Amino acid sequence: MGINRINELFAAELKVVNLGLEEFATSVQREGADAVQVDWKPPAGGDQRIVSLLDRVESNPELQRDRANDEAVERLMKGKPTLVDIGIASDVVPGMHRTLVLHSGPPVSWERMAGPVRGAVIGGLIYEGLAGDAAEAEELAASGDIEYAPCHHHDAVGPMAGIMTAGMPVWIVKNETFGNAAYCTLNEGLGKVLRYGANSREVIERLKWMETVLAPILKAGLQLHGPIDMKNLIAQVLQMGDEGHNRNRAGTSLLIRELAPYLVMLDRDRSEVSEVLKFMHTNDHFFLNLTMPSCKAAIDAARDIEGSSMIVAMARNGTEFGIRVSGLGDLWFTGPASKVDGLYLPGFSEQDAARDVGDSVITETGGIGGFAMAAAPAIVKFVGGTPQDALNFTRRMYDITLRENDTYQIPALDFRGTPTGIDLFKIIETGVLPAINTGIAHKDPGVGMVGAGLVKPPVSCFHDAFQAYAERYGVQP
Amino acid sequence: MKRIIVRKDSYYDSVFLMLINQGVKDADGVTEAVVAMGTDMNRDLLKDMSLSNADVESATANDLIIALDGASEEALDNAEKTVDTLLKKKSSGNQQLFRPTSLSAAIEVVPGANLALLSIPGRYVAREARKALENGLHVMIFSDNVPLEDEIRLKKLARDKGLLLMGPDCGTAIINGKPLAFANVVKHGTIGIVAASGSGLQELTCCIDKAGGGVSQAIGTGGRDVRREVGGVTMLMGIEALGADPGTAVISIISKPPAESVVDAAIEALRQTGKPAVVHFIGARRREDEGCIRFAPSLEDAAHIAVELTGDAAHSAADFSLPESDIDTIVQAESEAIGRRQRYLRGLFAGGTLAEEALFVLQPTLGTIYSNVHPDQNCRLEDPTVSREHTIIDLGDDTFTEGRPHPMIDVSIRTGQLEKELQNGEMALLLLDFVLGYGAHGDPAGAMADAIRAARSAAHDAGGYLPVIASVTGTDRDPQNLTLQRQKLEDAGCVVMPSNAQAARLAARIMEKVG
Repeated sequence: MGINRINELFAAELKVVNLGLEEFATSVQREGADAVQVDWKPPAGGDQRIVSLLDRVESNPELQRDRANDEAVERLMKGKPTLVDIGIASDVVPGMHRTLVLHSGPPVSWERMAGPVRGAVIGGLIYEGLAGDAAEAEELAASGDIEYAPCHHHDAVGPMAGIMTAGMPVWIVKNETFGNAAYCTLNEGLGKVLRYGANSREVIERLKWMETVLAPILKAGLQLHGPIDMKNLIAQVLQMGDEGHNRNRAGTSLLIRELAPYLVMLDRDRSEVSEVLKFMHTNDHFFLNLTMPSCKAAIDAARDIEGSSMIVAMARNGTEFGIRVSGLGDLWFTGPASKVDGLYLPGFSEQDAARDVGDSVITETGGIGGFAMAAAPAIVKFVGGTPQDALNFTRRMYDITLRENDTYQIPALDFRGTPTGIDLFKIIETGVLPAINTGIAHKDPGVGMVGAGLVKPPVSCFHDAFQAYAERYGVQP
Repeated sequence: MKRIIVRKDSYYDSVFLMLINQGVKDADGVTEAVVAMGTDMNRDLLKDMSLSNADVESATANDLIIALDGASEEALDNAEKTVDTLLKKKSSGNQQLFRPTSLSAAIEVVPGANLALLSIPGRYVAREARKALENGLHVMIFSDNVPLEDEIRLKKLARDKGLLLMGPDCGTAIINGKPLAFANVVKHGTIGIVAASGSGLQELTCCIDKAGGGVSQAIGTGGRDVRREVGGVTMLMGIEALGADPGTAVISIISKPPAESVVDAAIEALRQTGKPAVVHFIGARRREDEGCIRFAPSLEDAAHIAVELTGDAAHSAADFSLPESDIDTIVQAESEAIGRRQRYLRGLFAGGTLAEEALFVLQPTLGTIYSNVHPDQNCRLEDPTVSREHTIIDLGDDTFTEGRPHPMIDVSIRTGQLEKELQNGEMALLLLDFVLGYGAHGDPAGAMADAIRAARSAAHDAGGYLPVIASVTGTDRDPQNLTLQRQKLEDAGCVVMPSNAQAARLAARIMEKVG
């Protein structure tokens, strides 16, 4: 019966993991042995029903959850997202058509859409020439003639309101390892922008300029440059103070550095090229719309793995926060979108804030963003924290993830890989929720960004997802 | 001899890799080592060093190149291993400030963790213990209120994996010289112990320490382990492991009387080890010695026999450490002033097994003793807080600890009960135990001293005298310090005996004297 394992213990240095009375860890330490105190809480907040479901699933001998999760997280990490081109949505995004409006988050009807999302839909319809003004657009939006769908259902992601319409130019990021692709619009900058629900004339004009000047120039420059290895770029920006969600200053700079030598070679008006460079330069978040489809392209390759409890999408539509789980197919599990805990731009306060919105939480799902906060201590100022808090945010996320990333690393944690591959089970067990960095939109359409901060997802969507998982894979009591 | 490895798409920071280079170059038998990303510059460098090949030439800035030159395959294997270790090296800084939230996260933080110590609420224990076992950790469960069926299932799992599962309700263990939960700091030595009793194990290890011996390992099993339903799984595994342990020369087993089937299996297991052994079943009739297995009449005797078996000191069969004449003097001094109305012995114990041991030592002299730990239902106290004639109370009983800490920590449980004992003036002798060590109250003697003085002066005021006989389970290396604790008790008027058994025997002599 292998007693030698006890004898191995006798021969080894005692290293204790202590759950419960902290004193016991202290006394072991005082006598010169290693002991780590676990910040233990009853699993699932002490909900015995969920705990018994956990036990039931974990005791199913047929279920190879660990193996399925290994496969899922390995596919996620093996993915090689590569920026290959810019195209027009209706030409490249699967299923895209003239009266389809894609939005962020899980599915939501016009009636239930949050203010900023409605504002962006209105802007999108005007942009497409489907409506002449806001009133007309609103009528059309509610008429039933417009189809709404999550970006996620069309291999796409969108920041904040995440509105994508047929004529918009989109980044095309291809996962070279698995052949799938992901799409995302180009970032419009800060202030009054469509993604925050703004739809005034200047917003539409900027979108038109992006379509006619920005996108063609970048597309041509990218063609000269050749495909850009996004994984490499993201690995670099994490070592330059970005986390790829709320801070993209280094990424934007690197992108400019990559493209500038080719942009100046283009047969275009120099002032236009300069405008393009200036536009990117003045928008620290330009790179966000590349980290997002990069993460999306990588994660999509890990979807639909039988038995896997890895979370493959987190997204918010301003009304609800939703998640998808690899082993649970296309199902969304949703809960009410939360308020964001953050800092506000001058003149705005919590009263002005919309609820949590956007697909940008795909970055956290992919192992960067809030999960790589330790790489970007500068952004903790959004929540009035210290650099130590930034380290702790990331450290905490190792508790709910499957692996340490083999490519994305954090200098301040001794180049430890970022926490990657969120495991639904670990969330249920520890009660630790994913740390998400985000921007804050004004609750009314058309105003724009009012702040940024941290958001906690609703715990109910994880419980619901877990219950569905248990029903699907658990053994009967 | 060269070895060149190219890992596609593995990006590392160059400064980080430089440090790795240094670490690898320092390895034995390695003459050259380059760990670098496949940039143009690095590829040229490797070519110049004749450490290039086709893979290197086609490598990109995203590919990690490990190029090694060394004396032997073995040296290269080691160097490669070193590289992997260094690449995976995790943060060691600031860990104290940051705590993992789960067992599995903790295992990540402490590579090589080998024991999980659980003192969380009983209903959550099974799950965490299972996880620990599944992760290859040995487990000690301090918690009580773990369902018996969980214990049986967990112990089966532990046995299948060859892992030690101590508990549930295991209060004490010493593994590799480190005290776990409620344990004393005793000398290291060659006596290995398996105990199904917490305070019994503390008394045994402390008596071994006092007798000049030392402990190799002290394994707690939890009280239910020796029941038929559990089958002594932990006890049997413990015996076998101690048998195979080169650091253990003598094995000692203590337990409340186990199920017969468990007794037989344990004795057979002891015999299999071929090592000399001493066994004490608390409260059971003493058995005849069998071969190299000796049976002891008390915890202290078990300790002394174990030390004798290691060859360090001879065991004396005498009842007391002090000469009989000295004992007579003490008995005389403590008994002569006891008042006529003072008729009954009262024992107030913090240690459950110590209460039982006192009960069995005193029974032949006093006859019927009432107790909340009495095995005979007829002698059970109806209400554990109300004494009847001769009474010994285990204050660790649920009745006393509901919503309060154990009396080893919360002294007021005992001072409160002592006040009750004083009320009708029939207490002739007070018998006390004091347990030191980690987990216990920081100064149990000091915290009890005033109450003892008050009790003695109350007896005096009523025209009588109250002898207070005590023992202290502890060592001088315990945080509370044995010598200091004894001194405080003696200053308060106690007679402090070297062991619980001797304290009970002295109490018996005094009670005999007063009739």
